[in-house]
Amino acid sequence: MVITTLAFYLFALTAVASAILVIVSRNPVHSVLWLILTFFMSAGLFVLMGAEFLAMLLMIVYVGAVAVLFLFVVMMLDVDFATLRGGIAQYLPLGLLIGLILIMELGLVFGHWIFSENAPDLRAAVTPIPEEVENTAALGQLIYTDYIYLFQAAGLILFVAMIGAIVLTMRHRPNVKRQNILDQIYRDPGEAVEMKDVKPGQGI
Amino acid sequence: MLSNDISVILPELLLAVFAMASLMIGVWSKKQEAVSNLILWATAIIFVVFGAWIGLSPEGTSTAFNGAFVNDGFARFSKVVMLWGGASMMVLSRDYLLKNDLLKYEYPALITLAMVGMMMMVSAGDLMALYMGLELQSLSLYVIAAFRRDSLRSTEAGLKYFVLGALSSGLLLYGASLVYGYTGTTSFTAISSVVTLEGVSLGLLFGLVFLATGMAFKVSAAPFHMWTPDVYEGSPTPVTGFFATAPKVAAAAMFARVLFDAFGEAVSDWQQILVFLSIASMFLGSIAAIGQKNIKRLMAYSSIAHMGFALMGLAAGTEEGAQSLLIYLAIYVTMNVGVFAFILNMERDGRPILSIDSLGMYSRVAPGRALALAILMFSLAGIPPLVGFFGKFYVLSAAVDAGLIWLAVAGVIASVIGAYYYLRIIFLMYFGEQTEGLNGTMPAAHWVFLGGAAAAMVLGVYNLFGVESIAGIAAATLIH
Amino acid sequence: MPTIILFAPLIGAIIAGFFWRLIGEKSAQIVATSLLFLSCALSWVLFFGHYEHSETHTIMQWLESGSLSVDWAIRLDRLTAVMLIVVTTVSSLVHLYSFGYMAHDDNWKEGESYKPRFFAYLSFFTFAMLMLVTSDNLLQMFFGWEGVGVASYLLIGFYYRKPSANAAAMKAFIVNRVGDFGFALGIFGIFMLTDSINFSDIFTEGHHLAELTFPFLWMEVNAIETVTLLLFIGAMGKSAQLFLHTWLPDAMEGPTPVSALIHAATMVTAGVFLVCRMSPLFEYAPGTLHFVTIIGALTAFVAATIGLVQNDIKRVIAYSTMSQLGYMFVAAGVGVYSVAMFHLFTHAFFKAMLFLGAGSVIHAMHHEQDMRNYGGLRKKIPYTFWAMMIGTLAITGVGIPLTHIGFAGFLSKDAIIESAFVGNSFAFWALVVAACFTSFYSWRLMFLTFFGTERGDHHTHEHAHDSPLVMLIPLGVLALGAIFAGMLWYEDFFGHRVEEWFGTAIYTNHETNHTLHDAHEVGPWVKASPFIAMVLGFAVAYWFYIWNPERPKQLAARNPGAYQFLLNKWYFDEVYDFLFVRPAQHIGRFLWKGVDGKTIDGAINGVAMGIIPRLTRFAGRLQSGFLFHYAFAMILGVVAIITWFAITGGAH
Repeated sequence: MVITTLAFYLFALTAVASAILVIVSRNPVHSVLWLILTFFMSAGLFVLMGAEFLAMLLMIVYVGAVAVLFLFVVMMLDVDFATLRGGIAQYLPLGLLIGLILIMELGLVFGHWIFSENAPDLRAAVTPIPEEVENTAALGQLIYTDYIYLFQAAGLILFVAMIGAIVLTMRHRPNVKRQNILDQIYRDPGEAVEMKDVKPGQGI
Repeated sequence: MLSNDISVILPELLLAVFAMASLMIGVWSKKQEAVSNLILWATAIIFVVFGAWIGLSPEGTSTAFNGAFVNDGFARFSKVVMLWGGASMMVLSRDYLLKNDLLKYEYPALITLAMVGMMMMVSAGDLMALYMGLELQSLSLYVIAAFRRDSLRSTEAGLKYFVLGALSSGLLLYGASLVYGYTGTTSFTAISSVVTLEGVSLGLLFGLVFLATGMAFKVSAAPFHMWTPDVYEGSPTPVTGFFATAPKVAAAAMFARVLFDAFGEAVSDWQQILVFLSIASMFLGSIAAIGQKNIKRLMAYSSIAHMGFALMGLAAGTEEGAQSLLIYLAIYVTMNVGVFAFILNMERDGRPILSIDSLGMYSRVAPGRALALAILMFSLAGIPPLVGFFGKFYVLSAAVDAGLIWLAVAGVIASVIGAYYYLRIIFLMYFGEQTEGLNGTMPAAHWVFLGGAAAAMVLGVYNLFGVESIAGIAAATLIH
Repeated sequence: MPTIILFAPLIGAIIAGFFWRLIGEKSAQIVATSLLFLSCALSWVLFFGHYEHSETHTIMQWLESGSLSVDWAIRLDRLTAVMLIVVTTVSSLVHLYSFGYMAHDDNWKEGESYKPRFFAYLSFFTFAMLMLVTSDNLLQMFFGWEGVGVASYLLIGFYYRKPSANAAAMKAFIVNRVGDFGFALGIFGIFMLTDSINFSDIFTEGHHLAELTFPFLWMEVNAIETVTLLLFIGAMGKSAQLFLHTWLPDAMEGPTPVSALIHAATMVTAGVFLVCRMSPLFEYAPGTLHFVTIIGALTAFVAATIGLVQNDIKRVIAYSTMSQLGYMFVAAGVGVYSVAMFHLFTHAFFKAMLFLGAGSVIHAMHHEQDMRNYGGLRKKIPYTFWAMMIGTLAITGVGIPLTHIGFAGFLSKDAIIESAFVGNSFAFWALVVAACFTSFYSWRLMFLTFFGTERGDHHTHEHAHDSPLVMLIPLGVLALGAIFAGMLWYEDFFGHRVEEWFGTAIYTNHETNHTLHDAHEVGPWVKASPFIAMVLGFAVAYWFYIWNPERPKQLAARNPGAYQFLLNKWYFDEVYDFLFVRPAQHIGRFLWKGVDGKTIDGAINGVAMGIIPRLTRFAGRLQSGFLFHYAFAMILGVVAIITWFAITGGAH
């Protein structure tokens, strides 16, 4: 048990610290790298909770795809983050003050951490008993049965994201030459070539 | 089981399928413009038909997917208003899109998907379902806000909306997770039973606050309104018109749904939030609008102020309040359809002109249009005996009956301040300085909406076209 | 039939007022006039009916509010019938007369249309007056009361380009407001006490109210004395009784037919009608009746003294009107309401005729109104002269003493004086002296106008000619009334048939009120006294203006104080100006400039033009366009709400 507790605090503290570093580090590439570390730590937390499927998902999707994409984008766009953040010093004290107030108030909430008596039961009611089923299967069961509606809605959201990306970025440039094989195959020589009888001594 | 669930969400399902089908047709067709035009009309017609279908479907409450989706009178009322408002804006948008080379089949498809999201929002019976609907709607709206992708302002609008929307979603999710943490459930009925049994703990209250702020962003209530003027101004005008109608109804109805369904036993708690939001919105909307020179920005502030009034009805926390909210929204949508039918045709030599000063002595240029707009402006200002006055009257009386007399007094003062800028438009049109003003013509379809809305403002005085009693029935299904 | 009588003038007014452009000026006048003649004819038919009880014709339900239920209904009894013929007869004749009198008017430019408007006003006035006299309840009466007030205002100010006419119109309206305030309070009081304002209900409450008291300020006041006094204050305003009389002479700024119709024959008698109509209440209020008598007697006397020295022909007749109204109130005050109505009835004929005659003189003299510029007109305008002569004989009360033969005024005025002798000796003496003065100023008017040498503008005198036929016919008809009205209806109003003739219209409390009976029993010297006073007045006038025309000037020079006092109408206007008008103007100016202008407007303008724009600019600055500002605003909002809840702990 001690090891589990120790591991939790390791993961949790590292996650928070690296999250802070994401926003304070000057080099955007470093920021993304810190972000990847945060994902890793979160994955560790999932593992501790016995949700190894989610942990793997986090690793593969967020670290493997999203974060790496971020990295590419950051490197390629060459955004000067230093000037963008130029104004931050001006607002920093006020922002810190507000943040402090918010944290204190949230601390107040967690100070008396009384949740509803049936909350644990309610929470447990929707999930299959963890001992009986491994969590990949459990997720599958929930997603494709009870939460099919939400799952489909999520699909629609991704669909919209896709349309959005296409609508906002795809351009048909008329002067770009593209190869269309079918056009080439169906091309009729009679249309393409015009026979001219050129008389001697004259041009066309 | 599943077939039963599907029959409950059939309209939403069919709309989603329609959106996908229309996209496919659009992609595979050769004549892009003609097909886009066709899809646009088909979408408008389907909205109208679906509105009628939902409106005429039998009364009663049915749920689907373990309560994640609720189809009750309240949801149906909101859906009809959204669908018909959306259809109107769809028809109105065609000419503008055509003129500005924006008529693509993605536009109606995205709006249809947004509509699906909105219908999911107002029918949500679960925080997760609510969030899904909200994101589906928001994402579609982010895209159409930036639909004029070659315009700097339009893309800026889309990006601002997106970033701030993400922030608000974050707040909302944080609130939802707090609520889940303290109650152990995301289902509204279960939350409600927990609240009934054990009251609202501070943690739950904070969760409610974050939820409320996330939703306040969607209704553009001050101080979560900041995106509104910029997005309204930057977006293509038909998109602005759409923003001002259906999504406002959806957000406000969703707000009411969460507060009444999940926290119906904690009215005195959330009443304080809503009073704050309502007063801030009414005054900010009224005061900031005075300085505006662009009519779309003006309408943005106008919508903030109007949402303040709508939230006043919600703040009452009674059935009468919910009823007044619905009435207010229906009237508000009607007025906005009319006003945007006008704004879409504000042009000089074919170029759109959006400055308010261009309306100088407009009554000489087009007396009929000027009169219709004047009626709508009077109605927006809430001047009796027009219908707009009754909207305000209902929310004010709901607030008074709920004991929020000083809120009602604040509302009256704000409405007096707000009357200034509506009346200024009328002043400009009838007594203002002759400027190098507008000279565009107006398509007949637009005239129908402008004139129809203005006529409704006058004729509705008789019995509000029966909206009052329908809204009463709808509100009754929300309050348990 | 009563409905036709009531609405014919209204229809005439609407047609003449709004549709004359369609039908033309001439036909508008003809329509209005002929409708009034119709109304008049029907009124005479009604007059010869028999009225034991009052009949009620309901036209429509007017209003229903709580226990207040009011119908628009016509109450038809003898009082109404008398008033109907007075109003419609004089009005129709004045309409006819106006054809001639208003044919040309220097107050209007060539091509300006004023005649249909004039006729519309006249017809509207008649409608309002008929509303008043036919009313079945106090509200309807108040409506008519205010309606005639409006018509009077419009007609006095008919020459709206003349500042003096506008001032006079306003004065009439404002002074009447004072009376109307009392009248309205009286109506409220009656409603408070009896829970009804319908005559049929309140008339049965008289004896009951006499025993009631209600607290007012620090004292307990008798209910019926209070309400009747308040009603009488209303009557004082309308009937130009002393202290509220100042508007009537000024009202002569209006066209002369208006003066004849409104300010002599009909509207001003509304107060007398009100007191007679409310006789079931007044009979139980001896205090108020006493007050009515004193005010009436004082008015009769004061107005007569002022009339002695006035030079404007219309003003003389105006003061004479006021004086005669005082007579009527004395009659009502001593409890002989029928006699008050009798004098009202006869007075309407001869006073209308005097005014129309005066109008004819003015017409002939090109709108010259100063009698000092007349003289010797007897030959130039003989018809007018004879008409005026009959009027003068009637008003001064010429007749054979101790018989019932004489001009109309002889019978009605003597009846009043005899009744006054029974009721109140002060009133009796005041009226006898006033009768002497009446005779003097009436004959003075005649002598200055028609006898003696020509004075004033020579040119005007040369062109003086008698008026056209449309103006002379009304004079003729009225002359008949002035001669015979008294003799024909003497028995009905004052003689032995009073009770039978009036039926229930007038209530006399036989336990306390024997005036009518006793008035017939007075000694011969009392009966002869008005005649003697009349002869005396005539003799002095003859001496002053025929034998020795220099005499009055010497007298005036010898007593400048008294002369100026009378010429300036006892300085009522000046005193009122000092006491009421100027303080009111000061208060008004303070409230306007100080309170309304600086305080209220200032505060609103300060907010609207100072604070709000500043807030607007501030809101505009907040909307900077920077994303992080917006996000920051959102976070601030969240923190604000959270902090609020953290401090208050929500609703718990």
